[in-house]
Amino acid sequence: MSKKILELLNVSKNFGGLKAVDDVSLSIEEGSLHCLIGPNGAGKTTIFKLIMGIYPPSEGKILFDGQDISRMPTYRRVREGISIKMQIPGVYLDLSLYDNIRIAVQKYVSYHMIPSEINRLISLVGIEDIGNPLVCNMPHGQQQWLEIAMSLASQPKLLLLDEPAAGMGPEETEFTSKIVKRINEQGTTIIFIDHDMDFVSKIARRTTVLHYGKIFAEGTFDEIHNNEDVINIYLGKV
Amino acid sequence: MKNKIKCAVTTENISAIAVFVFFLLYPMLHSAYKVLNMANFLITVILALSLALIWGYTGIFSYAQAAFYGIGGYTYAIFCKNFANPSLTPIFLIAGVLAGFLVALVLGYFMFYGGVNDVFVALVTMCFTLVLETFLAQTAGPEWAIGKAQLGGFNGINAVTPLTFGAFPVKGEALYALVLLLVLAIYLALRIMEKRNLGYCLLSIRENRARSEMFGYNTAKIQMVIFAVSGAIAALAGVLYTSWGGYIVPSAVGMTQATMPVVLVAAGGRKNPTAVVIFTLFYLVLSQNLAASGSQYSLVILGLILLLVVLFVPKGIIHSLFEIIDEKAAVLLKNGSIRTGGKANEQKNP
Repeated sequence: MSKKILELLNVSKNFGGLKAVDDVSLSIEEGSLHCLIGPNGAGKTTIFKLIMGIYPPSEGKILFDGQDISRMPTYRRVREGISIKMQIPGVYLDLSLYDNIRIAVQKYVSYHMIPSEINRLISLVGIEDIGNPLVCNMPHGQQQWLEIAMSLASQPKLLLLDEPAAGMGPEETEFTSKIVKRINEQGTTIIFIDHDMDFVSKIARRTTVLHYGKIFAEGTFDEIHNNEDVINIYLGKV
Repeated sequence: MKNKIKCAVTTENISAIAVFVFFLLYPMLHSAYKVLNMANFLITVILALSLALIWGYTGIFSYAQAAFYGIGGYTYAIFCKNFANPSLTPIFLIAGVLAGFLVALVLGYFMFYGGVNDVFVALVTMCFTLVLETFLAQTAGPEWAIGKAQLGGFNGINAVTPLTFGAFPVKGEALYALVLLLVLAIYLALRIMEKRNLGYCLLSIRENRARSEMFGYNTAKIQMVIFAVSGAIAALAGVLYTSWGGYIVPSAVGMTQATMPVVLVAAGGRKNPTAVVIFTLFYLVLSQNLAASGSQYSLVILGLILLLVVLFVPKGIIHSLFEIIDEKAAVLLKNGSIRTGGKANEQKNP
């Protein structure tokens, strides 16, 4: 049995009277490619923010690599090996592609290694053909790939991808799925959120369904895809 | 991509060279009075550059630069009054700068580790400046003394010993040269920093603080340290001013003094130290000439400039001019070999 890289133990998050995440327990195995799905407002992005330390949990514990990180600040979680690509790309629009990656990279390599590390990340994501435009001139899909490259700069053990294929056409989505699989094959554990079921079916090995902040179902994609209750919550019947 | 710092032919770089050549030649072409006057302007340039570092580069809008300026000046004056030994004044200068650094460090610690950011930093620093000014203004009584130094209320501390290196008092052209050297050193440090790791780190924090943290930057610590360094630079300006004039008064810490660097930096171009230097010089020369006909005119113009800049040129007047000229030059020299810094250009591949 694989080692657990991330464990959420009875984690809850309250915003005033609203319980955005309700007693969630989740284990992620090292090297896995895990998907979180659920209707809007189910608590998926909140879980990512709890893992990153953007919000502290109201209750429960978060363990990363066996270490309790529940109260650890975000920057230290990143240094421990967690990274994220946010739902809305957090790229620097007025800078070039290289300068964007440089910001992410320079913390982790020596000064003279920065250029080669930038090129390594560009090759890893497969965006060599884009060149080095100003990011404000890049289409949305390319900005998403750039942000994936930036989130890999810290060489994370666990990568969180919040809707990596959102707003993309079929070809871009296909390209994104290849990126995600390639990164995972190189040993990085990935948890991702997406609404595009074709995209999820192509890459996810295990899927967790969230509903009203609780875990509603868990299993392989096929199990989830054929679960009537899951279909119903997406159609609004549950 | 090579990690060497390149000096491209840009309007900004050409202007910077021209401005510093002008400063260098100034004492040869003008009277001793005008040189001394220009030394005072250059001290204000240091104050403005301290704000450019914290606001322009790091995105923290600080209203406390005047307070750190006053802390530096008062610290220097208090030491001078207590130890009547002119040869110790370089140590008092360091003490003044350290005082600014430490006060800013403590204030920055509580703000940034306490999660205070954006407009609330402006409010906290404004309150800090107001409290300091109010406190200093009510220190007229004899009980308000630190050792032999009477704080003096509105009158402040007078007859302060000028900076003295050995037996050589730094006055007139010597003071001008010292201040110019410090302006150049701070300016070059900022320009070099822009293309180094620290410059990219500050840019990252300025543009998206939350995202920077997700790249592993300890943003609170970086903000606190940069705030302290900018406080030290402002305090340096305060020490130089006190040495220049031989006095320091609470109005040096007042709201007018606190507002001036904000307007100078905003109007010049807060992300561009060359623009800050040029605009500060331009404004001070203009306001002094206006002051001859009515002392409040310069403040009215200051307010008007701020209003117009916010409305029409939010990047700053001089910075926008640089961009326009660079872009025009890029079009004209499209087939030439001159590399310009205009945004319209394709970024070079590493």
